[in-house]
Amino acid sequence: MDDPIDINQTRRGLMIGGALSVTAAAIPGVGSAQTPGATSPGAATTPAPVTSKVALRVNGQRYEMNVDTRTTLLDLLREHMHLTGTKKGCDQGQCGACTVLVDGRRINSCLSLAVMHEGAEVTTIEGLGTPQKLHPMQAAFVKHDGYQCGYCTPGQICSAVAVLDEIKQGQPSHVTGDITQRPLLSVDELRERMSGNICRCGAYSNIIDAIGEVGGVATGAAAAGAKA
Amino acid sequence: MKAFTYQRAKTPAEAAAAVVKVQGARFIAGGTNLLDLMKLEIETPTLLVDVNGLGLDKIEPTSDGGLRVGALVRNADLAADMRVRRDYGVLSRALVAGASAQLRNKATTAGNLLQRTRCAYFYDPYQPCNKRVPGSGCSAIGGYTRSHAIVGQSEACIATHPSDMAVAMQLLDAKVETVRPDGKARVIPIADFYRLPGTTPHIENTLTAGELITAVTLPKPLGGKHFYHKVRDRASYAFALISVAAVVQPDGSGRVALGGVAHRPWRVAAADQAMPRGAQAVTEQLLAGARTTDDNAFKVPLVQRTLASVMAEAKKA
Repeated sequence: MDDPIDINQTRRGLMIGGALSVTAAAIPGVGSAQTPGATSPGAATTPAPVTSKVALRVNGQRYEMNVDTRTTLLDLLREHMHLTGTKKGCDQGQCGACTVLVDGRRINSCLSLAVMHEGAEVTTIEGLGTPQKLHPMQAAFVKHDGYQCGYCTPGQICSAVAVLDEIKQGQPSHVTGDITQRPLLSVDELRERMSGNICRCGAYSNIIDAIGEVGGVATGAAAAGAKA
Repeated sequence: MKAFTYQRAKTPAEAAAAVVKVQGARFIAGGTNLLDLMKLEIETPTLLVDVNGLGLDKIEPTSDGGLRVGALVRNADLAADMRVRRDYGVLSRALVAGASAQLRNKATTAGNLLQRTRCAYFYDPYQPCNKRVPGSGCSAIGGYTRSHAIVGQSEACIATHPSDMAVAMQLLDAKVETVRPDGKARVIPIADFYRLPGTTPHIENTLTAGELITAVTLPKPLGGKHFYHKVRDRASYAFALISVAAVVQPDGSGRVALGGVAHRPWRVAAADQAMPRGAQAVTEQLLAGARTTDDNAFKVPLVQRTLASVMAEAKKA
């Protein structure tokens, strides 16, 4: 009997193997394609794949890879580095499932090319904490049940860590009352700043409770009571 | 996505020269719009020239009391700059009203100016679109037009410009600084930067082949109270149905620009002059000759009511 886990690994391995063979076949075309002025109008319709080198650090580990220029940072993380914690949701920058921290700032990894991250320091959900030693935000999501299916959760957590940092730095948001002052650490601010992360299960209130606990914001019943 | 070659430019002039040399070459900075369009093969560049290493990421004072914003300043950094928050509040407000924090961390000042329309027909490669395939026709005309233009549109295109930042830039009379492939620089007043669709909706601005935006300059501060009111289907992270950018002085005079109503940020000199006479008078000037459909006729009263709310807020102490 096949172990289901082995089947899974085989499938992933096959996919990676397939991608690599395409890359290998493409290499002879690279030289001519990179010569300025050598691109003929006909070549534009069926261009050969092109690879490029990129070196970057992910979760503290250095990687140097040769990738198809079309590879997004998201696909680099998932398909090449096997860091599958970062999720592909919409793949067009609308859902936030692919959110990672690059040089300390949150971005949509699906809308960024891997080759554009030469020298970058990337932190994914795997780099924030481990099952044995959770990041405080991860622990708070567990405590407050800040998810249902869990697919958006890595992006939500990376985003949430950045939100608290952005408020600490004093960055204004759409709901900041007086933008010449430091933003308040409030539920309204948290909600607005998390709007780039969609949760189809609708765990939003628990997500805000989790972020609020880490950030020291009164949320839920306590905040509602304070408003009343 | 179609395959492309990739290179990093070292100077603005080198980048401009590289792009003009190869047919189908494009600059890439934040890439948040370009990559999205490349995945759909609406954009199919043969070469991407990465301009992120050009050092155009500073915000500096100008000699005439304004600010020079480097082309690569990220939207989040521009919105958070204390000089912008204090002296150009409408710009900071417009920026934080747009996109999500993740996108604002990547999107650049120049890229934001150059973002393409969000017309659903432009995004659908199976429908004719004069902006995507010149001469193929416009599927939006006679289609679902709730988000489309009500002024300045043509028989070829009724798309709107999606940027919030550009509306504030238009209001502030910003200037776009560029460098051309021959290394020569020029300055384009933002009033002359965007084109109406006319018969060539695929040509959206007055940049020439290979011309690279290096900075956007803001004139010295206007004073007054600054507003950017954006009306959309969600409270956050959605494109504008309409938006009103305004600077109102204590005597009720001021200036106003609209987003979400035209192929470009929309400003009318006579509307600025009508500011002391109230929202209705201003709207009549802004939207004179508006052509609406059943789907988007709501935008006219929505502009007037949003303006009225801005003016009421301006009167508060």
